[in-house]
Parts: sequence; structure tokens; C-alpha cells
Amino acid sequence: MGMEGIGASVVRKEDKRFITGKGRYVDDIKLMGMSYAHFIRSPHPHAKIKGIDSSAALKMPGVLAVLTGQELVDDKIGNLICGWMIHSKDGSPMKMGAWPAMAPETVRFVGQAVAVVIAESKNAARDAAEAVEIDYEELPAVADVRAAIAPGAVQLHPEAPGNQVYDWALGDEAAVNAAFGKAANVVTMEISNNRLVPNAMEPRAAIADYNAAEEHFTLYTTSQNPHVARLVLSAFYNIAPEHKLRVIAPDVGGGFGSKIYIYPEEMVALWASRKIGRPVKWTGDRTEAFLTDAHGRDHLTRAEMAFDKDNRITGLRVKTHANFGAYMSLFSSSVPTYLYATLLSGQYDIPAIYAEVMGVYTNTTPVDAYRGAGRPEASYLLERMLETAARQLKVDPAELRRKNFITQFPHQTPVIMAYDTGDFNASLDAAMKAIDYAGFPARKAKAKADGKLRGIGVSCYIEACGIAPSKAVGSLGAGVGLWESAEVRVNPVGTIEVLTGSHSHGQGHETAFAQLVADRLGISISQIQIVHGDTDKVQFGMGTYGSRSAAVGLTAILKAMEKVEAKAKKIAAHQLEASEADIVIENGEFKVTGTDKKIALPMVALAAYTAHNLPDGMEPGLKESAFYDPSNFTFPAGAYICELEVDPGTGKTSFVNFVAADDFGRLINPMIVEGQVHGGLAQGIGQALLEHALYDGNGQPVTASFMDYAMPRADDLPSFKLSHTTTLCPGNPLGVKGCGEAGAIGSSAAVINAITDAIGNNKLEMPATPDRVWHAIHGKAA
Amino acid sequence: MSKVQLTVNGKTAAVEVEDRTLLVHVLRDHLNLTGTHVGCDTSQCGACVVHVDGRAVKSCTVLAGQANGSSVTTIEGIARGDELHPMQAAFRDNHGLQCGFCTPGMIMSAIDIVGRHGGVLDEATVRHELEGNICRCTGYHNIVKAVLDAAGRMKVAQAAE
Repeated sequence: MGMEGIGASVVRKEDKRFITGKGRYVDDIKLMGMSYAHFIRSPHPHAKIKGIDSSAALKMPGVLAVLTGQELVDDKIGNLICGWMIHSKDGSPMKMGAWPAMAPETVRFVGQAVAVVIAESKNAARDAAEAVEIDYEELPAVADVRAAIAPGAVQLHPEAPGNQVYDWALGDEAAVNAAFGKAANVVTMEISNNRLVPNAMEPRAAIADYNAAEEHFTLYTTSQNPHVARLVLSAFYNIAPEHKLRVIAPDVGGGFGSKIYIYPEEMVALWASRKIGRPVKWTGDRTEAFLTDAHGRDHLTRAEMAFDKDNRITGLRVKTHANFGAYMSLFSSSVPTYLYATLLSGQYDIPAIYAEVMGVYTNTTPVDAYRGAGRPEASYLLERMLETAARQLKVDPAELRRKNFITQFPHQTPVIMAYDTGDFNASLDAAMKAIDYAGFPARKAKAKADGKLRGIGVSCYIEACGIAPSKAVGSLGAGVGLWESAEVRVNPVGTIEVLTGSHSHGQGHETAFAQLVADRLGISISQIQIVHGDTDKVQFGMGTYGSRSAAVGLTAILKAMEKVEAKAKKIAAHQLEASEADIVIENGEFKVTGTDKKIALPMVALAAYTAHNLPDGMEPGLKESAFYDPSNFTFPAGAYICELEVDPGTGKTSFVNFVAADDFGRLINPMIVEGQVHGGLAQGIGQALLEHALYDGNGQPVTASFMDYAMPRADDLPSFKLSHTTTLCPGNPLGVKGCGEAGAIGSSAAVINAITDAIGNNKLEMPATPDRVWHAIHGKAA
Repeated sequence: MSKVQLTVNGKTAAVEVEDRTLLVHVLRDHLNLTGTHVGCDTSQCGACVVHVDGRAVKSCTVLAGQANGSSVTTIEGIARGDELHPMQAAFRDNHGLQCGFCTPGMIMSAIDIVGRHGGVLDEATVRHELEGNICRCTGYHNIVKAVLDAAGRMKVAQAAE
């Protein structure tokens, strides 16, 4: 069944419900007796709560309750946690301020929940929220990282003196100092990585339903990892024990990291449902998403790269300040450390690297993993430096990269990662060919004659995906294992259900995962149902993020399939009176090799369940499960090249061409893979040209809707030219590496390198708006 | 309170709602047509696009009362039984959707775009016309392909009728 097996661009099974309006997202669900929550949020970046008067609101029609942070404390609901322990250079554990789901005393960012109104309708809850009077005493606030760590800055948390969460380092400082001591050339750059808002198109939502007779909760939520949500809600937030809490993440409208975390709203909805004895629904609006979904990126970095006289990189020194916002979100601590500094070797053989990262509190929305999570920041930094170095050293940027490429594998970098395989020359060759790199000077000259500044920019990225080997991440401070689980159920009629701990919120698992099963058994994907997103159905799972679903989740399915096939072969051999070793599976049939004896899968399945004639001692049934823990990360890598034109009169950038050559190992469904790349590229290009979550000096957000935060639109982007090179990942039996984040990781630098090439000025920050580009051309500060 | 009478996907519907009720909430909350989505509240994202009397409108920006007496078509109303609308089929065949949340609005806008341009479209026009619909998953690459593909299919279908 090659048409639907591995490597086939099968049209997606899940699409029919989405294109006909039959998707089932959280806000589409109605329960009997459902009430509606509306959160009252702080309008101040930093303030003391002096009093909350809800008496008028409680008298309004349809109002069921007004609940506050103090009541959460009284009911012993736990504070939000950060699940990855990072230790500072001096060995001390990171310093975390308490984050209650609703603030009882102090608010530390605009949008922090203070109270919630529960009412019979959304409008009634909103109206009543207007009538709740909250007396705030405003405090000084700080939004900028450098201002936050300056002496005399306002202090956010008593637990974190100087607003410092940690001061962490990785690498060999002495070796780096020695390399710089001998360097023939040094390139130094100050680079910021702009704060972004993930903006999945479906706003977050939750429905909590408490059954008092059973003391049981059901939570429908917009989650990328419902089992992790259940675990955290049970183990840390004291909502309910795991067996009394069912978490369902139905159709989820995009995540990009922002729906990994367990947010205050889910916690409060669960707690409120028990308090009022009714189901409680909360649906966020877009401004709530801007204010409360975990933001991404926000680094300030100073970096130096040392070169010898032959232009080989001999050392890299990096000092980064990471803005965490007002509280430590669930996995925030790992993002600018183990997901960032460990990728600072890029595709290059760099003998010595030393990175220091200071995590800083500010009066802004908490920051956590957003598509790429640390790896875009590392890749952007390195690729800006390589391009700038090439210009400074007067060598071709592609050739400077080639000279420094790692070519022997496995390769141990000085920053933990051991790259298993790759062919960086192959992807760079493919990208250069696709864009006709050699012909660029002629095109540039022609553009110049037309009054346009044309530039070309290269970016060669590598990322660590397939997150992650549990033992390795455990040794680095992770609070969870990062394996995945799967269960394959062959029904008595031969149809198959695959239960997976991965969660699809756009990635097409219902198709791609079915392709693996179809491939192995030679049956149609229509015979296979992928089940995910419900803790009552799937035993456990770690969810979908970090480009892990194929490398980890699908491998778990493969392991369960192998067990199913082994048992089915035993049954088939018994039925056919043949040797088990002679059974092969083809086109949905179990055949005795070299004969015409065969039995179809449904008959094997039926035999397993009727159990009338099974081999002696065999248990009835045909259902197996597996847990798969990867032995290493996977290392997708590739080369992106952007060619564009800048209008020197307006500073406006227009794309001419954007090519991407990626090595993701084996592709399960190339159509889906390319879609993932397109989306990633759009987010990386959005970061480079358009997007910026801005605060004023006092911590007031000034981009909190689609009217003032520039989301990429169709006419901001080009069509992309994609190609693939392949080195199979040796770390998993499928040879897959993961494709979900590559585009977002590699594309920003290609765009900025192209603009700086066009305008002849290396000093340019993202987003490269026409205003900034114009000033970079004309030499005046923006 | 307002009494609102609509024809939705060919069926008459009468509801009594608060004056401030938006058309999208009548469709979703009163008529259980949850294919029409709310993505932004500020008329930017287009997840709520439906057709009112044959024109694409953002149903989060129309009061239900304003639509009184109108004929409304939603994503649930464009297929003919099991036969998908050519735009729906083109979105599926070109992988023009991932999470699916923006998709209903995209499809309803795209049908309107093709109609207004008489099926004569190029990439730049499609990109320009999609300015009012935001997708975070696809980078628009395959959406643009889908709309161009559907424009061709719709022409063929029209010629056949």
C-alpha cells in the first residue's frame, strides 16, 4: 500500500471536519447548566491590591459568584510552578517568586488575574466585572531587562534579589579566553531577539465540570499536552488526584508552545466549578491572549567570535540577558539555557564556547517556549555573526560557513550536544543552486540600475529536536521524563485504533501516524483511527512540542506495532499450521512465504478475540502498548537563503525569492512536512520584519491586539521554494528528525542578513520595519 | 431585546436576543453553527467570515439585528450534501489548512474573492485580497495555491451548469 504508506503525500484524514465546519474546539462545546467566567485583570504593571468590593456586582442579574485570589489561598490551591530547575554559576538554585492563579496581594503585570465573575451568560459576567471595584496602590514598574538589574531598580519578588532568577553559565571559560588571546580576528555584536506573541488563532479556553457525587472533574482545555496538564493540576495545584480528573484537549486551534503550559484560568475554572456546583466555561478573547499567553524570545546578547588567520572559528563568547516577565512559566527556565546555549555551536566546528545567561524578572507577561524555544535565538545570533564576520573578513559568507562546517559525525560540541549525523554542505549546495547564488551579482547590478538595493542572506541552522532523552534532561534539571507512549488496539473486525500521547493541533497526526500503520500492515489508512487528547482514553503521554511527535511519539507507535505484529504472526502461524518465522505481512494478509497459504488480518484479529483456537498459553486479544524513550536528541539542519530588494526611498522590503533546503531525515508525509516548514518560515519572517510585543517604559503593553501587533498577512510573505536533503537519523528506527520548528529557527537570520547586505549596514534590529531600514540606510537613529 | 429573523443555509431561523448580540453569537450560541469562529474581536482575523446576502462579512462586526431579514450562508452551508464545494475540496487537496481554526473564514472569504474577480486571479491578487484573514499555521503558501486551484475548478463547474 505504497500510496498511503511512509513517504506518500496523503491528503489529510482530519481535513473533512475542518473544511465543513465540524471541528470541535473547546468553545464549541456546551454542557448542561453551564456558567461563564470572566476574569478581572490588573490594568497596572505593578500594584498592591488594597481591597476588592464585589457587593454591587453580586446583586446584578445572573451573577453566581465573584471569587478572589484570597479565596484560592484559603482553599489551599497551589501556586503555579516552573518545572525545570536551573542552578546558577555559584551553585545556588534559581530564585522563584510565588505565582498564585489570582493575585491575593500584589499584581506584577498588566493582565494578571485578580478576580473572576461567574454568571449565567458571558455578557452578564462581563457586565458584573465592570461593577467590581478594586482599590490598587500603584507601585513603580520596570519592563526593560537592563533597567531591572540596575542598582536601585524596583524589586518584583522578595525571593529574587536584584530581580535575578539565575546567573547561569555553560562551557569552558578558560579555553575561550585562551582562544581569544590567540585570535587573528574578533567579531563582536550586540544583538536583541525581539519579544513575540505566539497568537495561535484559537484563543485559549477551558470548560470545567465537577461531579459532586463522584468527586470527579472533567476539564476541556486548549492544551498541547493534556496528560501533563492533569499531572501538574493534581501533583502541584491540589485541584484533584489524577484518577478524579479527566482532561480532554479536543480540536485545538494551533499552539506553537503557548498551549503547553497550565494557566491560571484552567485552575480557577476547575476550582470554581466545585465551588458553585455548575460547569464553568472560560473563553479568552484576543487581548487576553496578548496579555496572558506566554510570550516568546526577548533576549539581549553581546557576543564575540574569535577567528584564526585562516578564518577558522576558534572561540565563541556569549552573554545573554533573558527577560522572563513577572513570573516563571512552566518550562521557561530551560529555554534560554539548555534549549539555547547548547545550540551555540550551530553547524560549525567551534572548539571553545562559553555562554553566560542571566534570567531577569520584569513587570511584563511571563515568557516561555514559543516555536523553536531558545534555538531560534541561538541560530539567529550565530548566523548574524557568521554573515557579519564574512563581510568584516572580506570572504564569501557561504564559503566562510563551509570552511567551518562540521563534516565528521558523530560530533561532540563543547556545549553538551553530540550531533549524530548531518550533511551541511549538501543542504547549502541545494539552497545555493535553488536560488542561483552564482548569478546574484548580476541581479544585484540590474536592480541597482532600477534604483533598488538588492541583498542576499544565508542562514544555516541546526536544532535539537525529538525532545528528549529522559535521563539526559533529568540530569540537567527537568522535572519530567520526555518519553512518549502508545497503544495499538486491533479490533475483532481488524480495524485499528492507535492511542497516542502526542497531541495534534494542526500537525496532521491523524494522517501521518496512520500512514505508519498502513505501511507496516499494507492496509488503507481508512481502517485506522488515531486517538489522542483525552486522559481517559490514552493512558499517558507527554504531548506535542519540540518537534517530538514523529521522532518520539511515532516511534512509540512503531514499538507497539512490533509487539502487535509479533503476536499476530504467532496466531497466523498457528492458524495456517506454519512456522512463525515463515510468516510475512503483505497487503493486509499474513502469508506463509513461498506458498499460497494466507490469512487476512480481520481473521487473525477475530481469532485473537474468539480465542477458540490460539496457541497454547496465549492470552486472548490483540492489543499492545509501548513506552519509548529516545537515546539522544535529533538534529534537523538546513540552509535557508533569502533574496530581497529594499526601496531606499521608503525602506520597504520586498521578497524576490526565499529558498529552504532542509534535512529532516525520513519524511513520513512530505506534504505535511512542507506545510510545517511554510508555517515556520512565516513565523520567522514575521519576527524579522513585523512582529514585536512592545511595552512602554512603565510596563504598559502597547501591542495587545491585531490592530497594533503586526501579524504576517498573505501579502507580507512570498511563496517559498522548498527542497530536502536526507541523512537518516540513526537514533530512532524510522530515521526521522522532526520538522515543526525548523522554519521559525532558520529564517529570521536569512532575512536580516539579506537586508543588511542590501543596505550595506550591519547594524539592524528585528523587526526590520521600513522605518528602521530607512534610518539604517540614511544613517540616522530610528 | 431584538427579534431577529434570518434564513441560514436555506432554513429560516428566528431568535430573540439582546440588542448588543453579534451575528456570530447568534450563529454559534443560538443556532449551534460552531464552524464560524471568533479569533480576534477586532475585525482583523477573519475567522468569523460568513456570507450575508451573498457578500462576505465579518460576523463578529455585525449586530444580529442588522442582519434581520437577511440570508446567511456559513461554512456548514456550502457543500451540496456529500459533495464538497470546490473551495473546500481545493483547501483539502492543497493542504491549505493545518489547525483548521481560520479555515472556515478563509474558505468563505476565498469563495467571495473568486466570485468578485470572475475567477480571473493571480497570486498577487489572492495575497492582497486575503489581507483580512489571518492564518498562523500555513504561512499562506498552500492557501494561495488552494484559492487559485479552486478558481479554476469553480470556472469549470460554472461552465458545466
